[in-house]
Amino acid sequence: MPTKKEDMYGDHISHQFNDDLSQLKSDFLDMGGLVEQQTIDAVNALIDGDSDAADEIRARDKVVDRMEMTLDEEATRLIARRQPAARDLRFVISVIKMVSDLERVGDEAKKIAKFALTLAEEGQAPRGYVEVRHIGNHVTTMLHDALDAFSRLDAHQALKIMREDKRVDEEYQAATRTLLTFMMEDTRNISRCMSVLWVLRALERVGDHACNIAENVIYMVEGEDVRHTPVEEAEKVVGR
Amino acid sequence: MSTMNTLKPAVDKEVGASRDTVVPAHEERPESAVIEEAKTVGKPFSDDPKFKLRNVEVFYGQDRAIKNISLDIARNEVIAFIGPSGCGKSTFLRCLNRMNDSIDICRVRGSLLLDDQNIYDSKRDVVELRARVGMVFQKPNPFPKSIYDNVAYGPRIHGLANRKSDLDDIVENSLRKAGLWDEAKDRLDATATGMSGGQQQRLCIARAIAISPEVILMDEPCSALDPIATAKVEELIAEMSESYTIVIVTHSMQQAARVSHRTAYFHLGHLVEVNETNKVFTAPEHELTESYITGRFG
Repeated sequence: MPTKKEDMYGDHISHQFNDDLSQLKSDFLDMGGLVEQQTIDAVNALIDGDSDAADEIRARDKVVDRMEMTLDEEATRLIARRQPAARDLRFVISVIKMVSDLERVGDEAKKIAKFALTLAEEGQAPRGYVEVRHIGNHVTTMLHDALDAFSRLDAHQALKIMREDKRVDEEYQAATRTLLTFMMEDTRNISRCMSVLWVLRALERVGDHACNIAENVIYMVEGEDVRHTPVEEAEKVVGR
Repeated sequence: MSTMNTLKPAVDKEVGASRDTVVPAHEERPESAVIEEAKTVGKPFSDDPKFKLRNVEVFYGQDRAIKNISLDIARNEVIAFIGPSGCGKSTFLRCLNRMNDSIDICRVRGSLLLDDQNIYDSKRDVVELRARVGMVFQKPNPFPKSIYDNVAYGPRIHGLANRKSDLDDIVENSLRKAGLWDEAKDRLDATATGMSGGQQQRLCIARAIAISPEVILMDEPCSALDPIATAKVEELIAEMSESYTIVIVTHSMQQAARVSHRTAYFHLGHLVEVNETNKVFTAPEHELTESYITGRFG
């Protein structure tokens, strides 16, 4: 085993195999970086009421979609030509799954951008934006850390993200209650608050996708599937 | 990966120096990559063993080619032996029906039991043993006789058929089981060496099954065959696994992945890991197994 884990995929006898794997990895990280930025931009566009930025985000989702297709093709080609086994196989299979998570994160960012446009046009006093900012920061950090854990094959960091997901869920529920209060105070707030609720929902989903990526990182590193298992079980797998 | 590249020469040196545990020679080598003698990771044992092999050692003169290997081979399982060239997998396979006996400088130590009977018992009838434990070699080696006589040879010398019609039945059955009947039934008197390589290899399998063995050892049975012939032999292995115990040595990891229930990874005379084939090819336990099957050395 190499001393540095990130070199894990670069030591085959076949250089071409090394190149193919590292290409897949760097393309995946590029896509991850883009959807992370899309999410951050979308939250900013919403809070700043910036319609131009929101339009750009929506247009840029096409790039995300293209990247998904390119990555899937690369992964398929790698399986066909190299028949990867063991950790290489787990890597390729995980990338295929995580790519759809990233693509969905991209869709959530697009959705947030759409609400940013609607809310900017309505132009009323902001409600629930503190919660949007807070949860937005939380989930984009999770996504960033998940991609980092993938890049460094760090199962311990991946585990931290799995634990974070619970906190996001709690924050989301608290924010929902706050917005419900606003709606009850004044029924004219309802339409606007509903939009913000959808945004919060989208952000909560981003957290879920970050968590899925973290689970795949644990599978890549440890060879154990920790989906649909309590965090405590995953802790045992990583702690071994 | 520098650690892997330095591993082989380092351990080779060690073999000459000491017969005990292979000591790590490279500081950066992680603990998991150290081969500890007689410490096979995974599941080397079975509840229903056909072969029970304990502390097996094989020497060629002074060289210890097999180092304290313990393994069960379960009844009616297909087990694949994989590993880099010179790792001892063929040597170990040949112990199972005493094919090593013909090599003068070769000595076998340890306990090797077939159905709880000692294979290396001095009173053991080796011909009877090899009738029970048949073998198929790398290159198809039909006798320069007719197709019929190739298959009938074993039953004749073992006196398994009293009448011509019994012998005919054995030949037909064996050729059917080997998936060769349709291709061979109209040319049973033709010389076997005129068949294609794949047909010759299936003929050798038919010849091995003709004497109703319990175990079939295969030493790289497909390495001289094209992909279609290989697929036919692999299909045959799958069918035969219902009635025979099959041990297959292969250099093709995909083949091991395709045909076997369990896979055993050999390295420099050590048995490093034995596990369910599914596990070995998705998440092997030992670092050396991982490196070999992912193409990092070997």
